[in-house]
Amino acid sequence: MGAQKKSSAAAAARISDDPEELSRVPLQAVLLADSFTTKFRPITLERPKVLLPLANVPMIEYALTWLESAGVEEVFVFCCAHAKQVTNYLQCSQWLSQPNFSVATIESHNSVSAGDALRLIYERNVIHGDFILISGDTLSNMSLNRALQEHKERKKKDSNAVMTMVIKRSKLSPVTQQSRLGTDELFMAIDPDTKQLLYYEENTNHLKGTLSLDKMLLIDNPSITLHNDMQDCFIDICSPEVLSLFTDNFDYQHLRRHFVKGLLVDDIMGYKIYTHEIHSSYAARVDNYRSYDTISKDIIQRWTYPLVPDVLLFGNSATKLEREGIYRATEIVQSRSAQIGPLTVIGNGTRIGNNTKITNSVIGKGCSIGSNVLIEGSYIWDNVTVEDGCQLKHSIVCDGVVIKSGSVLSPGVVLSFKVVVGQNFTVPAYSKVSLLPQPTKQDSDEELEYADNNSDIETSPIAGAHDNLNGELTSDLTDMQSSAAEELGSGGAGYIWSICEGASEEEWRHSVAPVPAEKLAEISQTIDDDLDFSYQDGNAPASSGELKPGGLSDSDDDDVDANNDSAYFEKEVEATFLRAVHENVKVDHVILEVNSLKLSYNMEFAACAGAIFYSMMKLALGTPYNSSAELYNAVVNVLTSWKRLLKSYLSGKDEEIEIILKFEEMCSELAKELSPLFTKILCFLYDKDMISEDAILDWESEKNYADESDRVFVKQAEKFLQWLREASEEEEEED
Amino acid sequence: MPDVQSLVNEFILKLKKRKVEGSQATSRHAAVLLRSVISQQRIGYTNQAGTLIDAVKAVGEQLVAANPVELAVGNIVRRVLHIIREEDLSLTTAAMAGLNLSALSDDDDDTGPVDHPVLSAAAVAAASRSTLRPPSLQTLLEDMPDSTAVPHTSSSGGDSEGKSKSADKSSRSRKLKHDVIEALNELIQDIDTCHEQIAEQAVEHIHHNEVILTLGSSRTVLQFLCAAREKKRSFRVFVAEGAPRYQGHLLAKELVSRGLQTTLITDSAVFAMISRVNMVIVGAHAVMANGGVIAPVGLNMVALAAQRHAVPFVVLAGSHKLCPLYPHNPEVLLNELRSPSELLDFGEFSDCMDFGSGLGSPLLHVVNPSFDYVPPKLVSLFITDTGGHNPSYMYRLIADYYSADDLVLQRKAASSS
Repeated sequence: MGAQKKSSAAAAARISDDPEELSRVPLQAVLLADSFTTKFRPITLERPKVLLPLANVPMIEYALTWLESAGVEEVFVFCCAHAKQVTNYLQCSQWLSQPNFSVATIESHNSVSAGDALRLIYERNVIHGDFILISGDTLSNMSLNRALQEHKERKKKDSNAVMTMVIKRSKLSPVTQQSRLGTDELFMAIDPDTKQLLYYEENTNHLKGTLSLDKMLLIDNPSITLHNDMQDCFIDICSPEVLSLFTDNFDYQHLRRHFVKGLLVDDIMGYKIYTHEIHSSYAARVDNYRSYDTISKDIIQRWTYPLVPDVLLFGNSATKLEREGIYRATEIVQSRSAQIGPLTVIGNGTRIGNNTKITNSVIGKGCSIGSNVLIEGSYIWDNVTVEDGCQLKHSIVCDGVVIKSGSVLSPGVVLSFKVVVGQNFTVPAYSKVSLLPQPTKQDSDEELEYADNNSDIETSPIAGAHDNLNGELTSDLTDMQSSAAEELGSGGAGYIWSICEGASEEEWRHSVAPVPAEKLAEISQTIDDDLDFSYQDGNAPASSGELKPGGLSDSDDDDVDANNDSAYFEKEVEATFLRAVHENVKVDHVILEVNSLKLSYNMEFAACAGAIFYSMMKLALGTPYNSSAELYNAVVNVLTSWKRLLKSYLSGKDEEIEIILKFEEMCSELAKELSPLFTKILCFLYDKDMISEDAILDWESEKNYADESDRVFVKQAEKFLQWLREASEEEEEED
Repeated sequence: MPDVQSLVNEFILKLKKRKVEGSQATSRHAAVLLRSVISQQRIGYTNQAGTLIDAVKAVGEQLVAANPVELAVGNIVRRVLHIIREEDLSLTTAAMAGLNLSALSDDDDDTGPVDHPVLSAAAVAAASRSTLRPPSLQTLLEDMPDSTAVPHTSSSGGDSEGKSKSADKSSRSRKLKHDVIEALNELIQDIDTCHEQIAEQAVEHIHHNEVILTLGSSRTVLQFLCAAREKKRSFRVFVAEGAPRYQGHLLAKELVSRGLQTTLITDSAVFAMISRVNMVIVGAHAVMANGGVIAPVGLNMVALAAQRHAVPFVVLAGSHKLCPLYPHNPEVLLNELRSPSELLDFGEFSDCMDFGSGLGSPLLHVVNPSFDYVPPKLVSLFITDTGGHNPSYMYRLIADYYSADDLVLQRKAASSS
């Protein structure tokens, strides 16, 4: 970190040296304290997402701490849903009184999307230079210096480079085709030299294996790299133009779906987006329950160092790291017989009873956990009571929940604030339980999520009432209990939200629980089937040896590979052949070399024959000629001198037909000069016993049903074919 | 004093974020901070030392809690407390000495403010308490008139000089603070010059045509080696690269730029090379009271290899790295686990850490500790700014620098928070 410090000092020095930067604007950041989604419901009905604890520390703390340490001087926290809670939290925290780091809140009650938020910020006219745009649920420890500098330099050269996106490599799960953060597969096309982002697409359909790229992309850019293993960190370095772009395009709502894609598609203004890949540092965004789980584990495994529980960055209570990644706060009452397993965080003032087993979990402050409890992979927030004999597996339990004795939480359960689970009750898997009834207005359509957020605002006063009027809560609870008791066993309180149709299918994807084994088996089965299918139809175009012009299929990797392979193979063979010609290599050696190429590219003899013939023709075309007669002579020369090489690959009729097809293809596309000589050369090949008459006749019959345009050469060779047919008839007659 | 408080907060934040690296920088920063705390502290006429000690302790607790792994902070806090105690004591004794000056000078044959006006406050204090506890070896040596061979300890702070004899009650209030700040200035200067002081001894230890092995990078080691080089010693250095941060690479670069014959090896090659090595010279993170060393990771292995081949294992440590705690003390956090990203590429291994499938717990764990503990029996020699010492002598040295009352600093911090 010493180096980091030095580089930051150096960067600062550079900035101050720069004459253009004399009136230096402080580095600003916009932190969106609202995700504008409903993925964390029902919890987010009562508390904004940014205040949810991640390893016992609210998410916004991580974001602000990172911004501060990365050298940001001014942060605008944009709050929308539960704005009061966020501002109250910030007022109570140390953030508003930091030297050299100012935090200002911007409240809005009618913004329904990131787009609205940025438009409002533009209206306030508070952003004066380049700024960092992050969401309040982003966690990172990267150093911004490099990325910022790159951004500024690009900006100086090209004023259209308005944004730099931070990306990080992270492999997809091969089975479920989703990232470890539970997000959908993301395809990005990036120019490897300039790092310009050319294409950005989230693949929401997990079984559909194709995506189409604009042909222009391939034409305009000499090289592009296509990634599906990149994770979007949702950290953007933006120029002020971004805000005005949002204002100009009032229909931009979603940062990625509308803004990024909009810029990429629209080439009139020519705005460009670049990427910055981080390697050693960490960055991720809590997008859904799965990423909540993954990022919590990453924190516990210290990828986010120094943002880890035992480093006292957040004014949290002293925590000690023990072996195997157990973080224990200093004041814990723990029974001697309790077993704390690896990768566990236990908050201050928590009591743990006899024979209780806890593994892979995070337990908040002031919880009381009874005896013989089993807690596995769960996230238990503050002041939760778990009575004796309960089993909690892969669930999220919010503040103040009471789980009565003998209850079982199946994997994927989410219990919102102050829910009471009755005795010996089993909460079914993936169910979401809240004291608030499910909003009746349900928009399952994700595209309308910003509209959906309206209902969030409508219900938030109720949530506030719950928080504020603790005294009345008990009476509330009794009311609730009468209505919702039967839903959560005897003495329970809360509504089990019904899962809207369609989403239930996908519930396991975004849950905290690991994907169940049966589901994995099921998916891998369908994928296998799919692959078989794609292999079957994938082989046909593979031998044609060229890319499909319309699109580039990606998940059919084998298809592309085959295409590429055959192209490479041809090139290799040609190179080998030319070398042989120029260096007088013996025919036997050439055959050996071509054979090894054939093996390494897994090609067939037909392909070898085609490739060799192709290279011979190329050689002949390469020699200077004035008339078609001379060209013919050249071809004949080459063919006669290398006859043995070609012959060694012509073991059957198929290979011979392949040669004719290749020849035809060459004449029609590559070397028009050869086309008048087609018949003559074919005749010559026949004379020299390289191609049998059967092969030629078969070729003709194959072409019988082809288009008129494809039959040009058949027509040209009509006389020769006629003669062949007669000759064979004669032979038969003689027999 | 909002001024000091903001300074304290700033430093605490830096410590928390692990933004200050290196014991020397940290301890210097801490000492400077405590100096301003003391200079701004108002003190009354009674119990001045107590007020100062409380003020320093209050700040010290926060500093230690901010980064308990950086032991140098606690060391400096304890040193400052010790200095205050000593100065207070010396003032009191000086006052007493002033009252019965004639009697003292008659009895004392070798110590006494009159005979040796340059005598340090610490020496006076130690002498005055000599009936309570045995005098430390250091002070005994210092008391000898021909003690030029031994460099002055840093705790022997503000010279009492002639002024100290003025037992005036009114001037004493300013006197204590003044003396403490003087002593602190000396401490800061000592921290600043500790590298040079250690490096001065280089020629005594490094001889012609020797092969020196070191691991990772330490500024003390670099200056030590360069000092020997400047004195025209020709020797070769093996640098183990010090995975996973590879600071050995930087050290090798530095050494080469100063014209030293350098060989860079991997950490795992240390054992193979150790038989060709004449001496291992390394830096330390902290030296504990029992003579054990908390050192960059990998050094325990080097020490074991050195012991196997009977190669001297020499540890260089400025006196600010001496920690009065024992490593078995539960308050001592021995290690800091850093990010696994220093070890492996996240992108490449991200599929090994997928929590979404399987049991929900990953099979791969990556542990990246920053420090090793080298037990005292593996260390041949400590070279501090006060000279070379045996590991078994460390507790003695520590008794000179710290007073036993302050050892519990941390425990108090834990209970009060």
